[in-house]
Amino acid sequence: MTDLRQTADPTLSPALRVEALESLLLERGLVDSATVETFIRTYETAVGPMNGAKVVAKAWSDPEYRQWLLEDGTAAIASLGFKGPQGEHMVVLENSPTVHNVVVCTLCSCYPWPVLGLPPSWYKDPAYRSRVVKEPRAVLAEWGTELGPDVELRVYDSSSEVRYLVLPERPPGTESMSEEELAALVTRDAMVGVRKVAAP
Amino acid sequence: MARVHDMGGRTRYFGPLPPIDPDEPVFHEVWEARTFALALLANRVSGANLHAFRHAIERVPEEEYLSGYYQRWLASAELLLLDSGILAPGAVEARARRLQGEEVGEPPVPEPHKPGMPSGGPGNLRTVEAAPAFAVGDPVTARADEPAPHTRLPGYARGRTGTVVALRPAQVFPDTAAQFTGENPQHVYEVRFDARELWGADAEPGSVTVDLYESYLERAR
Repeated sequence: MTDLRQTADPTLSPALRVEALESLLLERGLVDSATVETFIRTYETAVGPMNGAKVVAKAWSDPEYRQWLLEDGTAAIASLGFKGPQGEHMVVLENSPTVHNVVVCTLCSCYPWPVLGLPPSWYKDPAYRSRVVKEPRAVLAEWGTELGPDVELRVYDSSSEVRYLVLPERPPGTESMSEEELAALVTRDAMVGVRKVAAP
Repeated sequence: MARVHDMGGRTRYFGPLPPIDPDEPVFHEVWEARTFALALLANRVSGANLHAFRHAIERVPEEEYLSGYYQRWLASAELLLLDSGILAPGAVEARARRLQGEEVGEPPVPEPHKPGMPSGGPGNLRTVEAAPAFAVGDPVTARADEPAPHTRLPGYARGRTGTVVALRPAQVFPDTAAQFTGENPQHVYEVRFDARELWGADAEPGSVTVDLYESYLERAR
């Protein structure tokens, strides 16, 4: 196994080091620029929390879909066209007035890419990864989420290849809204469970 | 001694939470985007796997690990390419120095020695014929012995007792796959630990649920 001292000097800028790495692989034909661009474009534009928001809005609007989503998250999510790496086995956790779920990956930053895209900074932050398993109420409160003393708080640590999506509570005052209007209310942080979806 | 990546519950890493920016860009800088794509490709070119990639990230020294997410991805991409002999030690640094105008020599291209671990197929879900050792409702204790160089058993759960609340699909065993010694697919259990079992009597009420591979568990006594 490689000794860390053999890797490039970390005081050289990462931009320079990645350019060096890319040029070494390109000149030997081990990677091609088109594939690099496709990877980047896919995660910049096609994959992101707007996908998960569609799943949540449909579950709020369609009781049969909601049931399916909770029983077989992978299949119900794939039926909307969302599948791929880091989403091979999806489990959906339903928040309710009595149970609140929140998701973390303490060991790295595992995250359900097909429905939420790449993880945001706060999800990858050492403070979130270290604290939320031990003091989840304090973490949620620091981000403005107060839970009543009777609410059961469940933290999920994504330690296997299972990926979790939180189904937030539907906010009041949204009874007449369409699926599209509902999807616009659903935020990434609510689908991880650190906040609730705010009423419009 | 716990290593940097195993952060759950460790006050060493506690601190104020960053703000949540709903409009945060996917990549903050161009180099982050290129690192993302090239790290995934480096993993493929090296003949490695997801578990070896995670292990490479865990091997990055604490200071560099903590300098940022894509910083550690970049270091791990280079590590995998060195491990497999695709790149020579010093190759990235020499090229980087040349790119900024320094006149340095580059090492010759080495003879690759990619790992040749047989795979049961794409992804990490597998079918296991043996019956699961545990059932929903069983009390189980996570092993406390010295972990493998790469493991998905968080340090805070080691030696602690919880309850099986669900069975997950069988999966490739990260501890051996990361070392290229075999897939050893096994059953995975969703195990719920009461917060007081993990953190003591003064813990905030609640629970932590962890997905644990069968080898990590024994029946609670």
